Amino acid sequence: MGTASVIPFGPQHPVLPEPLHLDLVVEDEVVLEAMPQIGFVHRGLERLVRSKDYNQFLYVAERICGICAFGHSMGYAETVERLMGIEIPQRADYLRTIWHEMSRIHSHILWLGLAADAFGFESLFMHCWRLRERVLDLFEKTTGGRVIFSVCKVGGVQRDISPSQMSEILAVLDGLRDEYSQLVKTFLGDSSVYSRTAGIGAIPHKDAVELSMVGPFGRASGVNYDVRMLGHGAYGDLADFQPVLSTDCDCYARMEVRCAEVLQSIDIIAELASKIPAGDIMVPVKGNPAVDAEACNVLEQPRGECYYYAKGNGSKYLDRMRMRTPTSQNLAGMTLALKGCDLADVNMIILTIDPCVSCTER
Amino acid sequence: MGYSSKSPWVIHYDASSCNGCDIEVLAALCPGFDVERFGIINTGDPKHADIFLVTGSVNERNIDIIKQIYDQMVEPKVVVACGICACSGGIFHDCYNVIGGVDKAIPVDVYAPGCAVRPEAIIDAVVQGIAVLDQKAEALKAMKKGA
Repeated sequence: MGTASVIPFGPQHPVLPEPLHLDLVVEDEVVLEAMPQIGFVHRGLERLVRSKDYNQFLYVAERICGICAFGHSMGYAETVERLMGIEIPQRADYLRTIWHEMSRIHSHILWLGLAADAFGFESLFMHCWRLRERVLDLFEKTTGGRVIFSVCKVGGVQRDISPSQMSEILAVLDGLRDEYSQLVKTFLGDSSVYSRTAGIGAIPHKDAVELSMVGPFGRASGVNYDVRMLGHGAYGDLADFQPVLSTDCDCYARMEVRCAEVLQSIDIIAELASKIPAGDIMVPVKGNPAVDAEACNVLEQPRGECYYYAKGNGSKYLDRMRMRTPTSQNLAGMTLALKGCDLADVNMIILTIDPCVSCTER
Repeated sequence: MGYSSKSPWVIHYDASSCNGCDIEVLAALCPGFDVERFGIINTGDPKHADIFLVTGSVNERNIDIIKQIYDQMVEPKVVVACGICACSGGIFHDCYNVIGGVDKAIPVDVYAPGCAVRPEAIIDAVVQGIAVLDQKAEALKAMKKGA
């Protein structure tokens, strides 16, 4: 046995585009303990709610994270609408949900690419990002932005999706489904991918529940929880929604869950597009949130459950805006999964929780 | 034109950005925009890199890391500030933990604004950076000859 030594991982590390720092205590290439250090992306956004009014803050909320950007603007807008008792048109709800599900597709394919890069499959990484560009093209056509859309507003959405755009979305996603299924075959069937992921970083179901893990990370350990199954908004009109679950609990299972969720999202978009009602997309918003009015909201982000809380103070500024993001829930699970793993598997395990550092630190 | 300015290698660091610009930096390298076909490769090692792409508005925690990466890079080197946050702080300018712009930490050669910065703007900035890289290489050569 050797003596324990500490190896720094990050914040500048090729496997993650984001700065996450870990102090890894290793002995003979086995990780004994992983201590995450955060703060590299902390900007202090929640404080900005005091100097930007509730309409302006929407654009800040959207920039909490560039990957789940639409999800955050949707979650924030819904929270403020609850705070002020605004009922938005059903069509706006459907449009939001369609864009949100498209964000999930883009986020999961992005993650699959990064995972391929982490286990050293460079061409698979490139193929994933090639497919992702098509979803971004759809975003650009319907909203005008590739990453930040600024299309969600308190009271509805700013742009409508015309019938011709809708049929284009469906056609592109249908084409995507075929090519994507071929990529999935490689992810789930290739023996080299299997040997890099199967049995690595397992978290048993009991621990996953105890650590309240959320999102695909939790669902891969059999945690049967997905906010979408509560049926808020347009999700309530879906004929059937079952969370994608796996019971293998390892890196392979997490990949499996995300692979299946992309196809599920394509199905959801197709179903919503066939049911979308005609009508207005925005209601006028007047007045300010009442003194001491409180509202909270949950939303299934690509990475899991995100919780929003807002408090009004009678003026156009909110008193408090708070959110709990999926990655901060999952960090405890990550440190548990890292305990006892090989040093070479560290980057794979970190990636499988799909950490979003800028959401977590804000 | 030196070998490094034909196919410069880039290094990327997220200095408290929202991820939007980071994924656009990666998207510029990947199919669709594909600057890798010119031999521009994203490296993880500052010592291999010629161009430093920094995104985000820089905070107290990571200003030292940016300086460290910059110091580890070998001359000649170019810094590109990607996105409006890296240029001036952008929407986060009023935040208490934001210093506001990469140029508060290290000298910046090219600014690429946008929220999020478009891959075309990054490519344009890198092309401008190559010219700066050439100038710096010439100056370095002249200095060595003079010494």
